[in-house]
Amino acid sequence: MSGNRTAGISHEQHMDVLLPIAHKQQSQAMIERLEGTFRLNLQPHHAIWMMLLFVFAVGSAHAQAPKELISPIEALVKWMPFILWGPEGEISGFALNIIISFFAMLFGTVAGVALGLMQISLLLPVRTGSWIVTQFFRNSPWLVLLFTIMLLFPFEIDLGFVVIPVPDWMKAVIGFSLPVMANISEVVRGAVQSLPTGQWESAESLAFNRRQTLWMIILPQCFKRMIPPWINWYCILTMSTPLCSIMGVEESVTFTAQALNAEGDRPELLPVFYMFLLLIHFIYTYPIARWSIQLEKKFTVKL
Amino acid sequence: MASPKTSGNGSGTKWTPKQPMVSVKDLHKSFGDLEVLKGVSMDVMKGECVCIIGPSGSGKSTLIRCVNALNDIQSGSILVEGQEVNDPDLDKLELRKKVGMVFQQYNLFPHKTAIENIMMAPITVLKQDKDEVAEYAKKLIKKVRLDGKENSYPGELSGGQQQRVAIARSLAMTPDVMLFDEVTAALDPETVKEVLNTIQELAEEGMTCILVTHEMGFANEVANHIYFTDFGLIVEHGPPKTFFKNAKDPRTKEFLSQIL
Amino acid sequence: MELFGDFFKQLYDTSGWNFVIFYDQVEWSRFVEAIWTTIKLIIACLIFSLIVGFVGAWAQGAKSRIVRNVIAGYIQFFRNTPPFVQILFFYFVLGNLTPSYDAGGYQEAYIGSFGWAVISLGFFAGAFNTEIFRSGIEAVPESTVEAASSLGYTRLQSYLYIVFPLAFRVCLPALNNNLVNLLKTTTLAYGIAVPEMMYTANQIWSDNVNVPEMMIVLFFFYIGLVAILVWGMSRWERKMKIPGYG
Repeated sequence: MSGNRTAGISHEQHMDVLLPIAHKQQSQAMIERLEGTFRLNLQPHHAIWMMLLFVFAVGSAHAQAPKELISPIEALVKWMPFILWGPEGEISGFALNIIISFFAMLFGTVAGVALGLMQISLLLPVRTGSWIVTQFFRNSPWLVLLFTIMLLFPFEIDLGFVVIPVPDWMKAVIGFSLPVMANISEVVRGAVQSLPTGQWESAESLAFNRRQTLWMIILPQCFKRMIPPWINWYCILTMSTPLCSIMGVEESVTFTAQALNAEGDRPELLPVFYMFLLLIHFIYTYPIARWSIQLEKKFTVKL
Repeated sequence: MASPKTSGNGSGTKWTPKQPMVSVKDLHKSFGDLEVLKGVSMDVMKGECVCIIGPSGSGKSTLIRCVNALNDIQSGSILVEGQEVNDPDLDKLELRKKVGMVFQQYNLFPHKTAIENIMMAPITVLKQDKDEVAEYAKKLIKKVRLDGKENSYPGELSGGQQQRVAIARSLAMTPDVMLFDEVTAALDPETVKEVLNTIQELAEEGMTCILVTHEMGFANEVANHIYFTDFGLIVEHGPPKTFFKNAKDPRTKEFLSQIL
Repeated sequence: MELFGDFFKQLYDTSGWNFVIFYDQVEWSRFVEAIWTTIKLIIACLIFSLIVGFVGAWAQGAKSRIVRNVIAGYIQFFRNTPPFVQILFFYFVLGNLTPSYDAGGYQEAYIGSFGWAVISLGFFAGAFNTEIFRSGIEAVPESTVEAASSLGYTRLQSYLYIVFPLAFRVCLPALNNNLVNLLKTTTLAYGIAVPEMMYTANQIWSDNVNVPEMMIVLFFFYIGLVAILVWGMSRWERKMKIPGYG
């Protein structure tokens, strides 16, 4: 749902500039501030432990609930498999969130790269058209795009000889791949345009044509710098997949609500179940987000 | 960094203009393992202009930064008009009302015009009346010869002009002592003169000035007293005439031979 | 206005495109109500998220390691969990724990769904704002802060008058981006039945079976809002520009 997850890091290149020792000590204030950055202090396991602690604290606080009812923790343990991968023989629940995110990322990337290349086309109509498409899908709320696809896309496609059913989760994949496409398109355009024009000129002087220049010289150089934002968009996408629970797609949020309902909507279950939901998403997303930041640091140093 | 309590030497006693305005005694300062000042002492009387010279890394900038409490110190004593700077309960505002400082890199506030830079501190820090401050600021602008540049932003001024704004900004706090930390080091040779002229006028009007500088000609002409620092110690000091002509210490001689 | 309504009435009669909100008085007022709710929601979220970002960035410079760790944990938590689950968590879990008052026969919560949407989305976008402000603050040279402190500024004063005004200019582009995202994210308030545009549009198309028409309206509405915000922010950016700086 939101871009610019990397907002905080562009500035940090100079932090490891090797200052002479005396100088380093002098900028005590700066060192203190750098120590304060989350990367140095907060390891992933800290946050996970904090959240687990919360779950159990709240869970045990309500342990004195009426004897005939199971405690929140017991309820959570009972429903955990259901929320994580759905009823037996089905792939749904949190597993479906991940499947949706994979496919949406796949389609969104393929379409986005194509759209991004169209944005740097030499033909004005292609450039303008792809720009409009990009801006349209980039600036529309994800939920509105999702609703549009869920409600307007047919539930089956009749090819004349065969009818292909389109289940809800597949529609969700399409709905999510549209904004991903638009944002990847911008990533591609930005990466290509960030290369110095000298690269184009020198390729031209070596008699490469435009297509050869793009595929053999420009894109290989851009590839590296597109990876961190690409991973970043994957994280954003994954964190948006719970939206399709609004349309009843059987993913983690839908199943959490169903599990709570089956337990009689006891209010003391809410904190534990919702915290669990946040926690599984965090455990999945956080390492990926960190990895993207590390990659970005690595690549910026090299470039 | 913990600073050991110094003996109540002077902290409470009343300061009179007969006593040194700035009095540094056995000042020790280190950054981690690196000892930058190894027991420095100096006295500056009211109305004096003192230049501190020496090779880079000899601790001269650190010395005057300590006087303004921008760096804390390990041991020793710094008295400014009888007020102990090396005191955990130091009222920094009181100190900084007395001590103005000008930096090598001007450090003007880039989002404010020249006149706003001058007026800001008296209004926000000293809570002075805005109209009075504006009037005084205009006088200061004249004094540093920047008439017509009041409403320029720092980014639109040359280095020398910015540095003069920085001097006026410090003067607006009506300090008793001015510290100049290599204020001409970042300037083009042709603008150095205009900044030095401003400082010279200040000194001649009786402002107490402490300069860290590489401008030997200026030091010779304007300073009442010159201190030469090397390896965290004051090697030699004296009035310019004796200092430049009859330096005794071999290190001073070597330094002067390189620079003159 | 009459002509406008007639046009859409006629469009419906001739082509079947049912923009009911433009000719039916009841649906029109529902629509207008939703516009106001959405705009109020957006403005409240923007302001709250800016306050959160401001305070967060300030607290990140604190001496206490604990304070800094708490802020770091907050940022990581809100950045790496789904905003939609956050909003549900705030509304259902925290909403359940906060007091309510007797509103003539039934219990009315002090903080309703609108309030929780603002709090939740404000904290969500605030986590990003904190990071953005922090990187802006780090871009202000230490020597400028030092100059302020040598003029007698306290830490708070130098933050208010020097650091923030400068940092703000540095982070405007990133902030701009994040606020656009926040604007789009306010649609998530749908999940807790805040009667904003997404929610109202859904009600209208449920009543009138005109999904494609309302979708078109939705796209126009949100892209229009984004355009206004971007326009306003870039104007502001230009206005804040200092000659000879940045």
